[in-house]
Formats: sequence, C-alpha cells, structure tokens
Amino acid sequence: MAKKKMRQPVESGCPDGFQYMHPVMVSNFGQWQKHDHPRPGVLRHFAHSGDQIWTVRAGTQRILDVFTLRKLCDIGDKYADGHVRFTIRSNIEYMVSDEEKVAPLIDALESAGFIVGGTANSVAMISHTQGWLHCDIPGTDASGVVKAMMDELIDEFRNCNMPNRVHITTSCCQVNCGGQGDIAINVQHTKPPKINHDLVSNVCERPSVVARCPVAAIRPAQVNGKPTLEVDEKKCICCGACYPPCPPMQINDPEHTKLAIWVGGNHSNARGKPTFQKLVASGVPNNPPRWPEATAIVKRILKVYKEDARDWERLNDWVERIGWPRFFELCDLPFTKFHIDNWRGARKSLNSSTHIRF
Amino acid sequence: MDKNSQHPTPMLDELENGPWPSFISGIKNLRDQHSSERVNGVANDLLGQLEHSYETRKGYWKGGVVSVYGYGGGIIPRFSEVGQQFPESKEFHTLRVQPPAGHHYTTAALRQLADSWEKWGSGLVTFHGQTGNIMFIGASTENTQNFFDEINEYGWDLGGAGPCVRTSQSCVGAARCEQSCANEHKIHRTLVNNFTDDVHRPALPYKFKFKISGCPNDCMNSIERADMAVIGTWRDEIQVDQAEWKAYVDQKGRQHVIDNIITRCPTNCMSLRNDDSIEIDDRNCVKCMHCLNVVPAAFSPGEDRGVSVLIGGKRTLKIGDLMGTVVIPFMKLENDEDYEKIVDLAERIIDFWADNGLEHERCGEMIERIGLINFLEGIEVDVDPNMIANPRESSYVRMDNWDEEAIKWFARKREEKQSAAA
Repeated sequence: MAKKKMRQPVESGCPDGFQYMHPVMVSNFGQWQKHDHPRPGVLRHFAHSGDQIWTVRAGTQRILDVFTLRKLCDIGDKYADGHVRFTIRSNIEYMVSDEEKVAPLIDALESAGFIVGGTANSVAMISHTQGWLHCDIPGTDASGVVKAMMDELIDEFRNCNMPNRVHITTSCCQVNCGGQGDIAINVQHTKPPKINHDLVSNVCERPSVVARCPVAAIRPAQVNGKPTLEVDEKKCICCGACYPPCPPMQINDPEHTKLAIWVGGNHSNARGKPTFQKLVASGVPNNPPRWPEATAIVKRILKVYKEDARDWERLNDWVERIGWPRFFELCDLPFTKFHIDNWRGARKSLNSSTHIRF
Repeated sequence: MDKNSQHPTPMLDELENGPWPSFISGIKNLRDQHSSERVNGVANDLLGQLEHSYETRKGYWKGGVVSVYGYGGGIIPRFSEVGQQFPESKEFHTLRVQPPAGHHYTTAALRQLADSWEKWGSGLVTFHGQTGNIMFIGASTENTQNFFDEINEYGWDLGGAGPCVRTSQSCVGAARCEQSCANEHKIHRTLVNNFTDDVHRPALPYKFKFKISGCPNDCMNSIERADMAVIGTWRDEIQVDQAEWKAYVDQKGRQHVIDNIITRCPTNCMSLRNDDSIEIDDRNCVKCMHCLNVVPAAFSPGEDRGVSVLIGGKRTLKIGDLMGTVVIPFMKLENDEDYEKIVDLAERIIDFWADNGLEHERCGEMIERIGLINFLEGIEVDVDPNMIANPRESSYVRMDNWDEEAIKWFARKREEKQSAAA
C-alpha cells in the first residue's frame, strides 16, 4: 500500500492581529489619549485624533461550544462592528465606534444570557484551568468551581463596588496554572502519593521522577522483585510533583485532596511592587458539584475587604495597611502553624521588629 | 440522540442552575442539538466521564504522545482511562493554536474556526488558555491532523507544548490603551516568531515563555508568569495636563485627591500646590502607574519610551515561586536595529539556558542555582544597580578583583556619558 502523503505544515507562527482589529483601533494605533468608564462593563477610549471607541465587555462560560461561539458572533455582526477581542480573563469584548450601538449591544448580550461587566473595580471573571474536563493531573474541576462561584459573585461582576479590582483564580493542582490572584482557590494535597508498584517500572522514567521531588523524598526501591520507587512519607510535603511524570504515584484522593485559599497576589506594579499570594485558609472540602464551603470563605473575605479597605487598595495593599493579625480576626479565620512559612527564604516573611498593632 | 443512550448526569445538572452561563448546558447542546452524530456521541461520553469524575472526585485523563506531521509539540494528548465506558471521547486531545497578538478577531475568523472545529473535533473551544493559546478541546488522534491541516491552510499555527518556547501573550496595548509605552504587537510577533522552530520542536530544558505588557500595570502578569517579561515604560517626565488635573481636584475636592493620589505615591514624589496644580519629582518616580490609573485624563506616560526586560518568572514547581528579575532596566524599541537587539538578547538567554539548565529547570530556577552574576556573564550583560532591591547583606564572598571591577564601572559610566554627549 502506498504511504499516505502527509501535508507539510506552514510554520506561520503568531498571526498578525491587525487583520482582525477594529478599523478605529488600527487608525489610532499608539495614539490614544485617555479613557473613561461610563458604566460597569463599558469603556470609552478617546484618541488624539478625536475618534472614540466604545468597548462592551461580557463574561461567558469560557468553555465555549460552537453554538455559543456563533451566538457571540451573531451579536457581534448584528449589534457591533464584527470585531471582537478576548481579555486575559477570557471575557469577550465588542468594540463599536458609535455610542448609539452601546445600549442595544448590552441588551442583546444580556438577553442571550451573557453577563456584561468585569471592568474597573469589579470582581473580574475568575481565571481558571482545565480540571477534570481535560487535565491529566487535576485534584478538582475548574470550570465547575468557577461556574458555582460566579453564580454567587455575579452582582460583584456586574457592578463596580469594590475598593479596587479583584482578580480571583483557581488551580486544580499545586502547579498552580491559575497563577496569582487577589484571592486564589487552589488544590492542596494532604497525603503522600499512593504508589502502584506493579506499574512504576513500565510507566516512569525513575531517575527523572527522583529529580522532580523538591524535598528529595523519593528513592529507587524494589517491591516484589520489581524495580519501583518509594517515598519517605515523613519528608514528603504532598506537593504532587511526582505525579505528572509518574502516574502510578497517585496523589489525588477523594477525601484528602483539599482546597486552600490564598490572598494578596498582585501582578501589577501599581503603588507597590508585584506580590505573591499568601495562604489564609486550608482544609476546605473539595465538594462537587458546587463547592459551597470554598465560596462561603471567598464571599466572607470579599465582604470584609469591601467594608474595610480604602479606595484603590488592592487586597494586598489593604492587608499591608491593617496587618495580618487583623486580617485573620476580621475574616474570622484561624491562624495556625501552617501559616508560618518554612520553605527556603522563609525568614524574610517573619516579623523582625516591634512593629505590632495592639 | 436517543434519550436512553444518554449518560445520566445528576451532579453536572446542578451546574445548570444559577445565573452565570453554564458550560454544562453548552456541552449538552452539542449532545442534543448538533447535526453531527459524531459530535453528539463525543459530547455524551464526555459528560459521562465528567460526571464520573464528579462522583468519584478523580480525574481520568492520561497523557501520551500525539503530534502532527513535521512538528513535535503543540498537542496536549489525552487518552481516557475509562474509555471502555465512554468510548466516543476516549481520545480527546487539545490543540493549542497561537492567537493573534492582542487577541483580536473578526466574527468571520471565529466562524471559520468554528466550522472547521465542528467538522473534526468536539465543538468545544476556549479563548484562551492560561498561556494565551486558543484551546481546541477534544479531537481524536486522526482528526488532530485533519483539523490542523485545514486551519493551517488559512493562517493558523500550533503553539508550544512540552519543553519548548511557548505561545506568547500581549495586552491590547497601543491598539486601545493610552498607557501603552511600546508596540506590544510587534514585540510579541518579533520575539515568538523568531523562535518558531523552538516552538514546534521541543528541545529545551523546560518551557520558556515571553509575555509583553505595554506599561507597568503588567496586565499580562509577565513578571510572575514569564521567563522573559517585556514591559513598556518611559524615562522622562510624566506628561501632565494641569487643566484636566485642576478640573479633577475641583470635582473631587482636595481631601479626596490627597488621600487617593498624593499620599499614595510610593516614593512621595507628588505635591499639591496651593493653586491646585500638581508638582512631580520625576527623578524619583518609579513608574508605579497609580496616578495615571486614577486620573488618565490628567497624566500620561512620558515621551521617551521603551521597555524594561525581566527574566526568570515562574510558578511553584520545583523550588517555589519566582518573580522575574530586571536584566535590562531600559531599552528603546523604535527602529529595526533596536528590535534586532531584543531578539539577540532573547537568543543569548535561551542559548545559555539550553546549555546550562538542568532537565525540567526553568530559566529562573537556573539563575537561582548559579547566581545572577554567572547568568549575566553568560548572556554578556553588564551589572546595573537597577537589578537589585538592595546590595549584598552577607560578607561571605570572595572579592579578590574588586579594584578591577570598580575601574570597569567607572570606565563604563565615562563611555555612557561620552556617547550621550556625542
């Protein structure tokens, strides 16, 4: 049989965005003067040329089926100018050059079930990972957690009542593909991996698995005459780093895989330097299909932040001003030995002063 | 599809309640309303497996090796561990497709992608994954090639997966934002498209990501998420429109302005004059963006614009979170020569890391292991006090050739002065 002739790929790389960009954005590229925020979900940018462009931002389910994608396109054709873009938090943005188009566009989006908002000092769309829908190592789902949580936070998405913007992220394992957030809901494993010794030697490249462990807790071993790996369970920090290169070292557990909540991650250089998020709560049950315990804690933190922070304080700015003891007190969260960092460089996170609020 | 062959999904059904749009309803529509029986079957078995995950609190996808002809990466292979129960979605690979810089689309482009995707894949797509790829979620091994061949014909290419240069991301920037200090679009495409071979054929120690933000607000999270962060900035005075500023003070009142702008400047470089105009000590401005963010009508970035480059940001594994470190405090990006310089810098960084990084070691982890100085010497970049938060606190270091290094510094400074005067 003749070998099928394969097509050579065209290595075109990243496409030029100008071919898709709204013409007002093309003609005013690099020539923008200022913007304002006429209402939640809407931005108006002014160019030096006198041109204006209106942006309407909407939240979606992020995992889009082709019907939903076409519905978004239909709205773009009928009520906007046929040009869209997506934000880093997976919201869709429609750009129009005419103010008259804004209100009908909003109506069309809302009557189709999309949520207009996510601008300025709102709770933005939760950025998330793949989870059980598609990932090979997830401890939880991502889309489901986010759907359940956004159902409860929808009014904060639609309005701009927070002291500053709030970015929430979720991650389904400790690799933390969701990244840094003002509030992050991330998987935290609490038990060492369960090893299927029959499979290790066939499936895993053992030296590279040993090398992956951040605390050198994995060593080669023999079990029932077969080469395998074993874990020093006293040393193990249950991070799950061994699981991706060695699936027989199952880290996920229906009971012992928990959720932890972190706050104060901020990627911006605005006011202070960027910050990483800090642990505030753990042991939260991984409870599908709606994860009510995690949502309750997030809502509690948001409520206190909204009441107590000053205008323009991001969550990390606020905690820096009021101090961690007050944060735990106001949010009614327990402070435990696990909050005190003991990883490398941890002493820099301790208080070496008499700066104490009473 | 026949109702009797539908998997029951009592837990997933709970995610159809509530006001936020439901991805479960979307997958069910593919199962119930799509004209292709293949798509119906894939959606049904996908829902079945997902329900099984919700019930047992476990994931059931495994990786493997799938690629398209001529490439070594770009596909995330997924084979089901419970494929016997859910055969129609047992091969459910994701194709990572590179987005246009700035994530701009026309509805026509999206429709064309949707048409191809429902022909070959599951009909589920995400704009975008956390690295910035369009994620076409769910194709069989065979159809992965078919889908790629079709969309590659009309201009789309795969992104990175595995130990390679990954897909990049850039903000909306100069296309719509007054804070933009650079042509993010051009930087993005110039950098990543210089490394197309390294995107498609994974041969590096681990992943390497570029992210480009037009200003220090860093909407692309580049310092915390990119091996090479390129961030627009300026080095002359903030441009102030005193009339707009006075109008703002008039509208909001002095107390509001003092509490929200003047005293929030991290280096105390703002002063409200008695006539309500504003004075800025620009030499101490660290480009923190706060005043520009609060009153965009009154403050704009200066005119002498360029970029800062930070190297080595990454998330947790293996040694813990690392932010990028300043390696180039400022460089202009105006002419072709400037762009050649930044490409050359990226090449030196990737080459040095490819030679010296351990397997599965990100660039930032290598810098942590060998020290910033060895890295700088490797990529031929001179030291600069903008690279540090503070000088050394420990005396445990050999300093035999201090005099030589001090002479080098003064010679460099003299040279810079002379070339600035020329």
